[in-house]
Amino acid sequence: MNEVWLILGMFAITFGIRFVMFAFAGKITFPIWMQQSLKFVPPAVLTAIIVPAVVMPYGDIEISFTNVYLLAAIISVVISLVTKSLLKTIFFGMLVFLLLKLLIT
Amino acid sequence: MKAGCKAAIPLIIGGIPFGILFGTLAPTSGLSVWATMAMSLFVFAGSAQFIVLALIAVQAPLEIILLTTFVVNLRHLLYATALVPRVAHLPIALRSFLAFGLTDETFANMSQRYQPDSPLGNDHRYAHFFYIGSLLSFYIAWSSATAIGLVLGNIIPDMTSWGLEFAMSVTFIGMVVPYINSKAMLSATFSAAIASLYFSYLPNKLGLILSALIGVAAGLSVMQLQKMSINNQEKKI
Repeated sequence: MNEVWLILGMFAITFGIRFVMFAFAGKITFPIWMQQSLKFVPPAVLTAIIVPAVVMPYGDIEISFTNVYLLAAIISVVISLVTKSLLKTIFFGMLVFLLLKLLIT
Repeated sequence: MKAGCKAAIPLIIGGIPFGILFGTLAPTSGLSVWATMAMSLFVFAGSAQFIVLALIAVQAPLEIILLTTFVVNLRHLLYATALVPRVAHLPIALRSFLAFGLTDETFANMSQRYQPDSPLGNDHRYAHFFYIGSLLSFYIAWSSATAIGLVLGNIIPDMTSWGLEFAMSVTFIGMVVPYINSKAMLSATFSAAIASLYFSYLPNKLGLILSALIGVAAGLSVMQLQKMSINNQEKKI
């Protein structure tokens, strides 16, 4: 991968999105359905990344008790619901994952 | 401006661990040291940076990575739209600078500043200095944290073998769960989850974009259905 294009492209896209409204200062508006759909984007994208990563960590769908990725992910969801804190979820989720990995493999 | 720096402190404290995490994870995903640093310095978009790492790790092509960046950062359009009345009078150069730093965190700071009950009062003539202060301090914190993370990742050897790829998943889980506070959101994430498995055979991570779109469509539909049923109930009464 060409990293120069990666950075330039990401910069141009991110800055473009942030700047376009400021540049035209209120001369553009968006239809309501578009504004509403935007709030669904981050959770949908993130879910679409997480699920294949933990359900098929080695390329095939693997729903079993020996799939530590899936087990740790499910426990992390519970941790997140209980603690309601991102940092605590990451910390305890990682801990659970490493422990499970030691125990199972 | 000082008040802006001060208001940013809680968000900076929250942000620093993620900057460090980003710096540590990036090289294990296959990003070079300079590109990691450049991403924090020039792109300056926390969640998009993490998502891109996940995509680089699975060797997604550049077009998909950029398309995903676009989709993920679209929400900043909303932030900008909300702030336009506050910055419209400023010169264009300053506006472009403010736009560059329009992150989730800075937006959160600014929305508070413009609340009628803001402790800094209702005089907004100098509020853009507050914006600059919040932006600059968060920018410096984010890039320094990335640098620290890069150094840490270098000191601790062989981090990939620890299964750090799970660190990304657990980070994303912690980000998604708080979103799920309505039936519409639940349908959006659930359909995206099912779709992502169904489309996983597609090349170039196309399945990611497709699943995200399906998730958004599902969320919108459920929201629409709920609205319709509420309207119907009102009619009956």
